[in-house]
Amino acid sequence: MQFYLPIAEVSVNAFVLLGIGGLVGILSGMFGVGGGFLITPLLFFVGIPPAVAVATSANQIVASSISGVLAHLRRKTVDIRMGLVLLAGGLIGAALGVWVFNILRQLGQVDLLVTLCYVVFLGIIGALMFVESLRALRRTRGGALPPRRKHNWVHNLPFKMKFRTSGLYISVIPPVMVGLCVGVLAAVMGVGGGFIMVPAMIYLLGMPTKVVIGTSLLQIIFVTAFTTLLHATTNQTVDMVLAVLLLVGGVVGAQFGTRLGTMLKAEQLRIALAALVLLVCGKLALDLLLQPSELYSLTPLRPV
Amino acid sequence: MRRWLAALFLMALPAEAAEEVVADLSQSRVGINATFNGSEILVFGAVRRNYPVSPAGELGVVITVAGPSTPVVVRKKDRTAGIWVNTEAVEVDRAPSFYQIVTTGPLNELVSATEDLRHGITIDRAIRSVGAPVTVGNAADFTEALIRIRTNDGAYAVQEGGVTIQKDTLFRANVALPANLTEGNYTTRIFLTRNGDVVSRHTTTIHVSKVGLERFLHALAHESPLIYGLLSLAIAIAAGWGASTVFRYIRG
Repeated sequence: MQFYLPIAEVSVNAFVLLGIGGLVGILSGMFGVGGGFLITPLLFFVGIPPAVAVATSANQIVASSISGVLAHLRRKTVDIRMGLVLLAGGLIGAALGVWVFNILRQLGQVDLLVTLCYVVFLGIIGALMFVESLRALRRTRGGALPPRRKHNWVHNLPFKMKFRTSGLYISVIPPVMVGLCVGVLAAVMGVGGGFIMVPAMIYLLGMPTKVVIGTSLLQIIFVTAFTTLLHATTNQTVDMVLAVLLLVGGVVGAQFGTRLGTMLKAEQLRIALAALVLLVCGKLALDLLLQPSELYSLTPLRPV
Repeated sequence: MRRWLAALFLMALPAEAAEEVVADLSQSRVGINATFNGSEILVFGAVRRNYPVSPAGELGVVITVAGPSTPVVVRKKDRTAGIWVNTEAVEVDRAPSFYQIVTTGPLNELVSATEDLRHGITIDRAIRSVGAPVTVGNAADFTEALIRIRTNDGAYAVQEGGVTIQKDTLFRANVALPANLTEGNYTTRIFLTRNGDVVSRHTTTIHVSKVGLERFLHALAHESPLIYGLLSLAIAIAAGWGASTVFRYIRG
């Protein structure tokens, strides 16, 4: 069934969009990532203009994250206090990111820098997670207990706060910094930033994996809602019809994803996410390294 | 319809010793709704003349349909430090979003180079590029690339032999409008040619506009973006909450 999208101005198959939404929704519920790093390239692939794809996926992520976070709230696996601290940093970061993005756009190399950002961040995080979770998996197989969390520099900072759900008593500075970095990246890369925040929460803040997912989703809702509004008011690139089709698939997928996530072990979950991150990273890296079949690209400007 | 056109032809009053093209479209308005999946337009017409004998040379009909023109930036990738980056860019001042040529025969035989220059019939002529920067040595490559990409997308096409002509008088042709049509006025020109010269031309317009929900959303997005943005968010929040509630109900 073909659907004409009013803002993107292309006609696409509705089932393809429902499928993309569903797939990303499952991942969102399972891993606590918004799925922006996946949905945006997929939308490019079906012929949606990049600007519309980036803006609309932000809107769809709001929906699937809400669906996911409600499921996590009922299971009491959301650290609301931690989420709010992260959010405070996130909003400052997003504003900063928009400013950086405009500077990059003036330089005319925004596509390249966004792709490079993706490759570098996805590559580093994917590789680290993969190695770590493999090690963890081997340890649990061997029957030995995982080592106790060590106290590092993170625990020696001032402004300590109690995060009961996470079982942490740490300074607010690291979570605010994590939120800030994610906010910047969210605005520049057009994603929720979950794929960066989830590892940062696990490895940097030492939060338990189960709590991390719900908390990450909570923060993503606000950052992507902010991004959606920003895109809608400045570029008019949010396509409501596209968003509805994606989020119908997305919200259903997120519910299944959350269930699937509870069936898997934390290590398995992490290794699967790492593999996925590395896969997307590899694809983007290949695009940069291999000679493209078409060297030229077109950017129509608005009529003057 | 054909009979009506023939009658029109017969009734034609003798005015001067020339041939004139009379033409119309099956529809002059195309509405894009949610399930729009392309449209086909029939271009039909007749040759009106006031003398019984045809002049020398074979009669040719050339139909062009051009979408709204916009400036286009064409970027070229080059390998820099091992990765492919956009290096050079040329702005083509004016390129139609859609351009179809339908003719009775080979285009270069129907229209001479001078006539092409005068009327801007071929795709090369329909695109205007003057502002290429001096630093770019081969600006022509960029225009060529633009035509190549749009031809591969199906936006630009030449359909030689797509016009059927009967008894040197009546002609008709189908022009397919693709599903990813942009809004605007599509200028349709019909040229009558003999010996490479354009002897008569007729210009008409197809108005392509969004209708219904598509129109409403597009207008809302551009006229009150904040409300549009908030509405998008409201839908997202409602959908997320709705799905969660429904699933809890199913499981409970």
